[in-house]
Amino acid sequence: MKAARSARSKVVETLGFNLLRLITLITVIPIVGLVVYIVIKGAPAISWEFISQSPTNGMRDGGILPAIIGTLYLTLGTAIFSVPIGVLAGIYLLEYATENRWTRLIRIAIINLAGIPSVVYGLFGLGLFVIFLRFGTSILAASLTLSIMTLPVIISTTEEALHSVPSSFRVVSTSLGATRWQTVRRIILPQALPGIITGVILGLERAAGETAPILFTGATFFLPQLPHSPLDATMALPYHIFIISTQIPGMPIQIQYGTVLVLLVFVLGMNLVATLIRSRARKKRQW
Amino acid sequence: MNAPKRREDPVINAVIRISGYSSILFVLLILFFLLREGLPALASTPLKDLLGTRWYPIEGYFGILPLILGSLLITIVATLIALPFGIGAAVYLSEVAPSWIREVLKPLIEILAGIPSVVLGFIGILVFAPFLRKFLDIPTGLTAFTGAVLLALISIPTIVSVAEDALNTVPNSYRQASLALGATRWQTIWDVTLPAAKSGVLTAVMLGIGRSLGETMAVMMVTGNAPVMPLQLNSIFRPIRTMTATIASEMGEVASGSQHYQVLFLIGIVLFLLSLSINIGASIVSTKARKRSERLLS
Amino acid sequence: MKEFFIRNLSITYSDNNESLRNVNMEIEARAITVLFGPAGGGKSTFLRVLNRLNDLADVKEMKGEVLFHGENILDPGINVIELRRKVGMVFSRPVPLPLSIFDNVAYGLVMAGERNQSRLREAVEKALKQAFLWDEVHDRLKDSAYSLSGGQQQRVCLARVLALEPEVIMLDEPTSALDPIATANIEDMLRELKNQYTIIIVPHNVQQAARIADYAAFFLMGEVVEFGKGIELFQVPKDKRTSDYVTGRFG
Repeated sequence: MKAARSARSKVVETLGFNLLRLITLITVIPIVGLVVYIVIKGAPAISWEFISQSPTNGMRDGGILPAIIGTLYLTLGTAIFSVPIGVLAGIYLLEYATENRWTRLIRIAIINLAGIPSVVYGLFGLGLFVIFLRFGTSILAASLTLSIMTLPVIISTTEEALHSVPSSFRVVSTSLGATRWQTVRRIILPQALPGIITGVILGLERAAGETAPILFTGATFFLPQLPHSPLDATMALPYHIFIISTQIPGMPIQIQYGTVLVLLVFVLGMNLVATLIRSRARKKRQW
Repeated sequence: MNAPKRREDPVINAVIRISGYSSILFVLLILFFLLREGLPALASTPLKDLLGTRWYPIEGYFGILPLILGSLLITIVATLIALPFGIGAAVYLSEVAPSWIREVLKPLIEILAGIPSVVLGFIGILVFAPFLRKFLDIPTGLTAFTGAVLLALISIPTIVSVAEDALNTVPNSYRQASLALGATRWQTIWDVTLPAAKSGVLTAVMLGIGRSLGETMAVMMVTGNAPVMPLQLNSIFRPIRTMTATIASEMGEVASGSQHYQVLFLIGIVLFLLSLSINIGASIVSTKARKRSERLLS
Repeated sequence: MKEFFIRNLSITYSDNNESLRNVNMEIEARAITVLFGPAGGGKSTFLRVLNRLNDLADVKEMKGEVLFHGENILDPGINVIELRRKVGMVFSRPVPLPLSIFDNVAYGLVMAGERNQSRLREAVEKALKQAFLWDEVHDRLKDSAYSLSGGQQQRVCLARVLALEPEVIMLDEPTSALDPIATANIEDMLRELKNQYTIIIVPHNVQQAARIADYAAFFLMGEVVEFGKGIELFQVPKDKRTSDYVTGRFG
C-alpha cells in the first residue's frame, strides 16, 4: 500500500518537474526567438551607410544616423543628471542616514518614483520642463525627464553596492581619525564602484529604450539637421521605430527591422558590458 | 606632529544630505504638476460626463470609463497569463534546475527585461497580430488579447526575478525537514517552500501588475486603439484602448490648456494614484514578510 | 600619572542592552592595563567609549564622565576626530584596508591632511620599525596588505596606529586570530611600547593577562568587579567572583 503510494508520488513528481521544465522553456523561447528573428530580418539592412547617413526620400531611405546620435545624446544627458544625484542619494541612505521617519519617507518616495508609468513621466516632463521652465521640446527637457525616471534604479544599486563593502572597513577607517566623507571617498566608494557602474549602465540602458517619456518632451521625427544645442529637439531610435512602424505608409520593412536591430544591439550591448564588469569585479576582489 | 584639527566636512555632507532628500522633492514635484494641469478638468467637465462610457473628444465626449476598463481588462488577462509562467519558471529555476541551467537561463530572462517595449510592440504588429488574425479568424489582430500577451512577456521577468529571490530566501532547513519526513521534492515545493515564500511571491506579482498597468508603447501599438467598453465576452479579441495609450497618442495633438489637454492630465493623475497604491501595497507586503521572518529566524 | 579618569560610566544601547553599569576606574599612563573577564562583560564596549567609536553604533544613553587630558570626552562638543588620533585601536581580527602596505600605515596621517611625501615615508618607516615589521616588508611597501600573513597583517594594523603617534594604544584581543609565535611577538612588542605609550588591552585569555599586566580590571556583566596592581588579581583576588573566574570555575 505504502509502496504504491510512494510510487504514485514519484510519478506525480516527475510529471510535475517536466511541466515546470516545459513552462520555463515556453517562457524562454519567445525571448530567443524574438532576438534571432530581428537579427535575421534586420541584418540585411545594416551597412556602414545605414548607420552613418541621414534619412532620405521622405525618410523612407538612407541611413538613421540622426536617430542614433539622438539616442546617444539623450543617454548622455540622462547620465549627467541622474548619476551624481543618484549615487550621492545612495551614499546618504547607507552611510549617513539613521533609520527614522524621514528615511522611511525617502524610501517610499523612491518606490513611488520607480512605479510611475513612463507616460506619466512624459506628462510631467511636458508640464514642468517643456512648458513651465520654457525649455521647449528639447534634448534638455527629455534628458531631465529621463533622469528622474532613472533615479530609483541608480539609488538602489548604489545602496546595494555600498552595502556589500564590509563594515569593518568603516570601523577601522573611523578609528584612524577619518571623517565620514573621507571614509566613503577613500575606501568605500572605490570598492563599491564596479557595482555602482553596473547599476548605472543598467539604468541608462532602460532610459535609452524608452519612448513614452520623450514623446512630448524632446523627440521629433523629421530633423533637417543634427541638433547642435541642448535646446534643440532630436530624433531618437525608439521614437523613430514607433513612427516608421505605425505611421509611415510604404516604409520598407527591411529598414524597419534594421532600425530595430540597431536599437537592440545598443541596449543589449550595454547589458553585456554591465554583466562583464560585474563578474570581473567579483574575481578581482581582494577581500 | 602638526596635524590640522579637522572636524566633519560640512559642505559635502550638506550636498549628500540634499541628494538624499531629493527623491521626496521629485515625487512632490510630479504630483504638483499633474494636479496643476489635470485638476482643472474637474472644473471644466462635469463628473458625470467624465464617468460616461463614451470617449470621443472631438465631439466633446470625455467619458474615461472605457479607458479604465480597457487598462484593467488587459492587465488582468496579462497577469493571468504571466502568473503560471512567471511563477513556474521561478520555481523551476530556484528548486529544480541544476546550477548550470540556472546560470544560463537567469541572464536570458533578464535580457527580456532589457528589451525596449517599442521593440516588443514592433514584433507584435508585424508578426504576432497577423498570426492571431489568421489563427483565430478574427477581423483584426490588434486586440486586447494581443496586448495582454505582450504585457505578460514584459512582466514575466519582474515576476521571475523577485519570486526566485523570495524562494531562495527560504531556509534550506525547511526543505530538509520536509524531505526527512518522507515528502517528495515536488510535494515539498508546493506544501512547504512556496507557502514560506508567499509574501515575496505576492510582492512579485504586485510589481508585475504595476508594470503591466503602466506600460504604454507596446499596448499602443497592438491593441487597436478603439475606446470601447469591453463588456462582451469576445471583447478580449477585439480592439481596445488603455489609459496609457490614450495619453500617448492624443497628447501630441491637443492645444495646451484645452479641456482635452486637462482631461489627459487627469487620466495621468489616475494612473499615478493607481501605481502608487500598487507599489506601496507591494512594499508593505514585503516589509511585513521581512519582519516576520526576522522574528522567526532570530 | 593618570591617563584616564573614568567616573560613573554607564551606557545603554538601543536594543536595551545595558553594556556598562557605573564603571569607575583610573588608567595609569605608560603602563599596560589589562581588562579581562568572560564574554559579554562590557570590555569591548568600554574600549570603544575611550575613543568614541561607539558613535557608530546605536547608543541610547551614555552617562558619567571620562576625563582625558582635562576634558570630558563624552561631551558632544569634543573633537572626536582628534581624539581618535590620540587614542588608537587594534582590533581582534586583522583588518587591512584594501590598499598597499604603505598606504595602510600612512592612512591616518593622510586623512589628517599630511601631504608631504618624505614626511610620510619617514613616519611609515618609523612605525613599521616599532612594530618589528620593517625588515620583512621594506622592499614591498607597494604590495597589497593582503599579501601578508595573519601575524604580519596584525602588525601592519599596529603600525597604522603607531604612525599617528598616539598617546594611548588600545588592543581588543589582538592575538586571538594568531598562532603562538606571532602571539609571543606581539606580547614582546607591547612590553617595549609601554615605555612610550599607555596600553590598554583585552587579552585573549587569563594566562596572557597575567603575563603582561601592570594593572588589571575584572569585568563581569557590565561592572568592574575588581581592580588591582600587577598580578594581585590573579594570585590574591579579593572578590570571590574574580577568584572563581581566574581559577576556571566559570568562563
